[in-house]
Amino acid sequence: MAAETTQNTHARMQRLAAVRPRLVSFARLQLREPALAEDTVQEALATAIEKDDDFAGRSGYETWVFGILKYKILDALRAQRRQGKWQPFVDDGDNEAIDRQFQQSGHWQVAARPSDWGDPEATFANEHFWQVFDACMIALPDNIARVFSLRELMGLSTADICKETGLKENNCWVILHRARLRLRACIERGYLSEHAPQHGLSERGK
Amino acid sequence: MIKMMLCREATRLMSKRLDAPLGLGERLSLRLHLGMCRPCRHCNAQFDVLHRVGHHFDAEPNADKSDNAPRS
Repeated sequence: MAAETTQNTHARMQRLAAVRPRLVSFARLQLREPALAEDTVQEALATAIEKDDDFAGRSGYETWVFGILKYKILDALRAQRRQGKWQPFVDDGDNEAIDRQFQQSGHWQVAARPSDWGDPEATFANEHFWQVFDACMIALPDNIARVFSLRELMGLSTADICKETGLKENNCWVILHRARLRLRACIERGYLSEHAPQHGLSERGK
Repeated sequence: MIKMMLCREATRLMSKRLDAPLGLGERLSLRLHLGMCRPCRHCNAQFDVLHRVGHHFDAEPNADKSDNAPRS
């Protein structure tokens, strides 16, 4: 192995160590079992090291590693499902968290009216936003959070989510609508208030 | 005369548009509603923020911003 290659490999190992906290918080949000999330990240890191030659200096190393993690997460999710760990989604009409945001007439409740979060880039750059986001994701019921994160974190289409979960596409849209409304209300309470969130995951990197 | 859509229904379309193409009628009534309703415009922007959170995990820390998903 040429000296230069060894050096590149070494540099990538350092990048792996640096990206690890982000991999863990991503996996936790998706799998909602901290120990399983750790194991899944370990597997992804092992695969990334093993397949280091495959990467061969293309750009986007972190994105490549996240791609590996996403495959591992999907495997772990399928195992969770097989083991019967998923509560089936029952549309029991329990929309309370959403009903609270609207008047009977269909207009926003005055207290729940969405306000301006400001420049999205500034929002994403704000550590407090991410702490609130983590806390609000944890507060979501598992089966709603799972569909939301499959869509918005894993980037699956709703058609693929149907395959993974056995849901009908229409149900997916209903769930995503609820998830977004609940998250926006939760984030707005936590993010715009002076209050720090009750707990944030400290795992997330910078 | 198009009946004015209600906020709750508007949020359904704001959400659906992130997952599937809306029909012409849906697009028009959503646009009309957003034009007249500031809280819904904020909600729409918030849904967009939520739609982009995933990119902020796997984007390169020192990326050349070519993927439109700059990280802090």
